[in-house]
Amino acid sequence: MSTSITANHGVAHGDAHGHEHHDDGSKTLLGFWIYLMSDCLIFSGLFATFAALSHATAGGPSGKELFDLKYVFGETMLLLISSFTFGLAMLNVRAGSRGKVIAWLFVTFLFGAGFVGMEVYEFHHLITVENAGPSHSAFLSAYFTLVGTHGLHVTSGLIWLVAMMHMVGKFGLNDVVQRRLSCLSLFWHFLDLVWICVFSFVYLLGVL
Amino acid sequence: MFGKLSLSAIPFDQPIIMGTGLVVALLGAALLGWLTFTRKWGYLWSEWFTTVDHKRIGIMYGILATVMLLRGFADAIMMRAQQAMAANDAAGFLPPHHYDQIFSAHGVIMIFFVAMPFVVGLMNLVVPLQIGARDVAYPFLNSLSFWLTASGVVLVMLSMFIGDFAATGWLAYPPLSELKFSPSVGVDYYIWALQLSGLGTTLSGINFVVTILKMRTPGMKLMQMPVFTWTALVTNILIVAAFPVLTVALALLAADRYLDMHFFTNELGGNAMLYVNLIWIWGHPEVYILILPCFGVFSEVVATFSGKPLFGYKSMVYATAGIGVLSFIVWLHHFFTMGSGADVNAFFGITTMIISIPTGVKLFNWLFTMYRGRIRFTLPMMWTVAFMVTFTIGGMTGVLMAVPGADFVLHNSLFLIAHFHNVIIGGVLFGLFAAINYWWPKAFGFKLEERWGKASFWCWVVGFYMAFMPLYVLGLMGMTRRMNHYANPAWQPYLIVAAVGAGIIALGIGFMLLQFAVSIRNRAANRDLTGDPWGGRTLEWATSSPAPFYNFAVLPEVEELDQFWADKEHKRAYKQHQHYADIHMPRNTGAGLIMAAFGTVMGFALIWHIWWLAIVGLVGMVGTFVARAYNTDVDYYVPGAEVEKIERARLVPLHKLIENVDPASAGQKVA
Repeated sequence: MSTSITANHGVAHGDAHGHEHHDDGSKTLLGFWIYLMSDCLIFSGLFATFAALSHATAGGPSGKELFDLKYVFGETMLLLISSFTFGLAMLNVRAGSRGKVIAWLFVTFLFGAGFVGMEVYEFHHLITVENAGPSHSAFLSAYFTLVGTHGLHVTSGLIWLVAMMHMVGKFGLNDVVQRRLSCLSLFWHFLDLVWICVFSFVYLLGVL
Repeated sequence: MFGKLSLSAIPFDQPIIMGTGLVVALLGAALLGWLTFTRKWGYLWSEWFTTVDHKRIGIMYGILATVMLLRGFADAIMMRAQQAMAANDAAGFLPPHHYDQIFSAHGVIMIFFVAMPFVVGLMNLVVPLQIGARDVAYPFLNSLSFWLTASGVVLVMLSMFIGDFAATGWLAYPPLSELKFSPSVGVDYYIWALQLSGLGTTLSGINFVVTILKMRTPGMKLMQMPVFTWTALVTNILIVAAFPVLTVALALLAADRYLDMHFFTNELGGNAMLYVNLIWIWGHPEVYILILPCFGVFSEVVATFSGKPLFGYKSMVYATAGIGVLSFIVWLHHFFTMGSGADVNAFFGITTMIISIPTGVKLFNWLFTMYRGRIRFTLPMMWTVAFMVTFTIGGMTGVLMAVPGADFVLHNSLFLIAHFHNVIIGGVLFGLFAAINYWWPKAFGFKLEERWGKASFWCWVVGFYMAFMPLYVLGLMGMTRRMNHYANPAWQPYLIVAAVGAGIIALGIGFMLLQFAVSIRNRAANRDLTGDPWGGRTLEWATSSPAPFYNFAVLPEVEELDQFWADKEHKRAYKQHQHYADIHMPRNTGAGLIMAAFGTVMGFALIWHIWWLAIVGLVGMVGTFVARAYNTDVDYYVPGAEVEKIERARLVPLHKLIENVDPASAGQKVA
């Protein structure tokens, strides 16, 4: 063991530029996974809060009276499709076709923006028409905060998408850009997953 | 235009605050003037403020924590003085509202801005060196983490002079912390200071987990890592798992206060106990985040100064991991009185008691390491022994309170205060003092003098026992915490003794500062030329003191635990290489500081409801980050020739020094 290491010494350090410190992406991706897990805990906290307060309607409207499953299903579809189109963008990253990457990222952006738009409309409708804003009961506070936090995440994802489209155009598909696209891809799919939980535990259970 | 902010926010009618403000302003102006006069700004900016070097960031954390220790201690001694005076007809010198802010600020500062920065700074300084890495995984993020912590400090300090601070206790329980009962900006300062610094801490946690998992030197397996690095790994996993919950709890409280929501209010379905649960789901792991690295420090110190490998390395690792897991299932013992029923309380009481098992394992490991060792009673070792005695007492009173029935009596009494100071001072603080004395030479290149260090040690230990043992008695006598005034004359003698104890601790702090000053002045006499002043076992002692900015000219190969010790035994240490490769290093950047500055602006604006400025702060933060992402010039190479020059300058004289000395204790004898 000892001799082989000594023998390899010169070699190992000879190509130090190649592998020693330039991040091959694995460090960034691991770190981003860990970040996502911490973000997941933020959502867990919000889900737990929602679970604890979901019946605290204080005489106000409950989810059953407020939620429109068909509308929310539409939102869900937009987000799911956007994840698919992001996947197509990533496939084109592998293929190295810069133009298609930007195009699919743009399509993803449109679907994501559509989702956020629908959510904003839903919130606006609840507050103004149904008179069920976040300050009416603990249940509504928890609902708006949980769903809104997810919406804010998607919005930051949209800003990130814009930056990435620009970066792909400016720098091409170099290592750094690919690494960032991988991170954004993880982020985007993660938000999809969180939304599935929102759909199941908030809307579906709320209506049932 | 300026939201709630107006000139009336400055408490002109409070002589204590205005006097302190004047002193701070004068000292600050003197410092700024001196820096300008000696033209140090350029140096500070390029060498320190913009640095991404983990060692320098670690040192800056240490300075920040030391300054805040003085502030937190000033709060402490005011409380002790107030309680020593305010019996019966005497009102003391602190009005209730001010007193309430002081005990809240004391807790917040000591945990978030003294203990946390010290611990994170220590991990910064030591972990990369112990695993043979050139830096942390994300050096820029590391700088950002530090400056975000500094943002929190700035907001807390500002609260003293502009507006007020939370008067709610250090965890800001609702409904007291709700707008209805705390309408001033105090709780808002609390929320945003902790959100900013908490974000920094979470990022640090991610950074160090990746650093330890991905950047160990070739050959170093997980079970060959020094114990301090192990405790750091578990600690950072705890940070990543616990701090998001704090973020949630504070965000929901902010939603209540800013957006008229009802998470924790008395009305419309809010549930205050939900907050208490959330905050302690973070809060209990937090105390282990503070103590575990200190357990790591004691492990390193005991092994080094007993001249033996650590007894039971594996059991130490498993005990650390076990404590990490258990720390997440004990939170409810902070409020057995909530009334969750006998079964729930029994569960949390038992899990709490179980934690004492791995902790006991650790204590016996340290004792067995000392057993038949060649013990050298240096300062780090003295702090370690003081810790072992003190922490054991604190642990036992903790197990006592883990019994729900006993806790119903002792809840919120001074017995509890005595208990957690017993473990935090006796555990965390003593550990940090041991660490300062132990790793100071590695950070600065010279040893600390022992004379004033010993004076400080004895004042701290004696002062601690005098200040806190009476509090156990007072708790049993029925005195509750946070009292501005009391009518039971039987308590006063104990409180006077406690105040004297705090005075002795003040001497301990003073002597420690003196120790630093004297050591810096006499640094030429205490230079550590070998890089191994104590006869160390782990890799950080293999490089020079202070470590070069690239840490290791050639990454060390590791095949066993305590590799450096083995290298010294086999005369393999301090090898000079024929050829040095170029070294890849990250470039300094001011982006972290700028982002944190915008963050501070945003926090301040949110506190005072200056919405346009908050938007400016947010956009500035995000914009700086994006701009940083477009910067492609973020690294550089140190030419091998330069590395060779630096290494030769150290190794050639070193080889002459150690030629005829027992290699295992070479450093220690030469130094």
